[in-house]
Amino acid sequence: MAEMIALSHLTKRFGPLTAVDGIDLSVNKGEVLGFLGPNGAGKSTTMKMVTGFLSPTEGSATVDGIDVTRDPVGVKQRIGYLPEGAPCYGDMAPRGFLNFIADIRNLSGIARNASIDQVIERVEIADVMDQPIETLSKGFKRRVGLAQAILHNPPVLILDEPTDGLDPNQKHQVRTLIQQMASDKAVIISTHILEEVEAVCTRAVIIARGKLLADGMPEDLLKRSPLHNAVEIKVSPAAADEIAKDLASLTSVGQVERSTSIDAQTLFSVTSKTGAPIAPEVAAMLKEKGHAVSDLKTEKGALDAVFREITRGGSAAAKTETANA
Amino acid sequence: MRNMLIIAKREFKGYFATPLALVFIVIFLALTGAFAFYVGGFFTRGNADLVSFFGYHPWLFLLLVPAIGMRLWAEERKSGTIELLMTLPVSTLDAVLGKFLAAWAFCGLALALTFPMWITVNMLGSPDNGVILASYIGSFVMAGAFLSISSCISSLTKNQVIAFIISATICFLFTMSGAQLVLNFFQGWAPGYLVDALRSMSFLTHFDAVTRGVIDIKDVVFFGSLMVMWLFLNVIAVELNKGR
Repeated sequence: MAEMIALSHLTKRFGPLTAVDGIDLSVNKGEVLGFLGPNGAGKSTTMKMVTGFLSPTEGSATVDGIDVTRDPVGVKQRIGYLPEGAPCYGDMAPRGFLNFIADIRNLSGIARNASIDQVIERVEIADVMDQPIETLSKGFKRRVGLAQAILHNPPVLILDEPTDGLDPNQKHQVRTLIQQMASDKAVIISTHILEEVEAVCTRAVIIARGKLLADGMPEDLLKRSPLHNAVEIKVSPAAADEIAKDLASLTSVGQVERSTSIDAQTLFSVTSKTGAPIAPEVAAMLKEKGHAVSDLKTEKGALDAVFREITRGGSAAAKTETANA
Repeated sequence: MRNMLIIAKREFKGYFATPLALVFIVIFLALTGAFAFYVGGFFTRGNADLVSFFGYHPWLFLLLVPAIGMRLWAEERKSGTIELLMTLPVSTLDAVLGKFLAAWAFCGLALALTFPMWITVNMLGSPDNGVILASYIGSFVMAGAFLSISSCISSLTKNQVIAFIISATICFLFTMSGAQLVLNFFQGWAPGYLVDALRSMSFLTHFDAVTRGVIDIKDVVFFGSLMVMWLFLNVIAVELNKGR
């Protein structure tokens, strides 16, 4: 696979503040990398350095083998970038705006018209082509921003919070669009919506306080959740004590938590000791002992929990580091 | 070069997307006319020339040109579009020059629309049209110098009002630096060469020389090098401030 983006010890300081702290990362063609992190973690700053908007304090960023600080214009030609908030010239209409972008991107002739028609269709803005962008709804503005980023069919696509502030239908559209384009591009999207990572990303990194804390497939990150492969069982309160005892006797079971549901039934939340699936074993045991169960479901674990754990842990670690220093 | 013209085109069209262009041109024409006829005494002077018209241009530009220039960069930074512009494959120099050229062309358009003055004076008598042409060129170049100051200051702030006030103040200092009012202040104590240097920085002195009909190379160099200097500072300011 071709490496399209390579960050090497990328660092950015604003005065005493270190926004991005020595990030090493590479993204290949065909990958959709989700950039996760709390607000102020350094996601946007990293993207701004890759796109040549900010220059790194230390380290380097290369796109398609070109160093951003050596040949910024060359890098910018290969990137489609949607800045945070999708800023566009508000007094222009999408038609004029896309024509301007096509001019700057040096598209001409038939290819130019074809590209413009294609993006209009892809992001579905045909109905608003002649309205000033500032009068458009947030969803349309975001789509105009996206259209601008993908107009020249760039090999590298960098989208800073592409679905922020969109309604569920629009989010779905944007995600579908990203998936459609992903096969022949290297894509980085930043987000703090974790479901988005599961929906579109082939790989996710978590960054907090400017440092890269985790890197892996979304499923791998899910495995870090304490609730990964946990089982939730709903039973009648009468049999609850006996079931609790039987559950505790299973070797693969970690913790058993007991609570009462809204309809006065007893809920057991059973975690897996090793993270391996325990549902078949639990179900077999229940059947064997003849317990009546009204509901049984498996948890995949929430990425939220993993995210909180990793980013909080990261900040605590950072604090001790500074305390020691 | 190509990118510079594309940016200039977009920027220039932008003036006409809002009432800005209309308001500016109407006010500019009304004020130039009012000053020439009522304050300058165009008719009572009894001369077939446009001295009373051009004489007030430095003072009008002092207020109106910073009003054009204040939005050039401050607005881009305020709205965040600077991030869009500077991540397109254009150099900072292209962007600075493109924006400057659009605003300058707009000033040129406003100036060109004062042509009824020229027709009027030609109907009333037989003026020296060479002097008038030189004055128009001088006025246009002076507008460019004011504009380069305004553009540079605009890139230092996100606030257009601040950009306007600081630009107008700097333009005022450049305009007035040759006036006796300012020079008297220095003449008592400052060495002669400093006073001369100050006097030579005056827009009024150089503009007056041009409106007398002589386009002297030193006046051209003066305005030209001033523009180059401010636009160079503009490029640096954009580079330093764009991410903030």
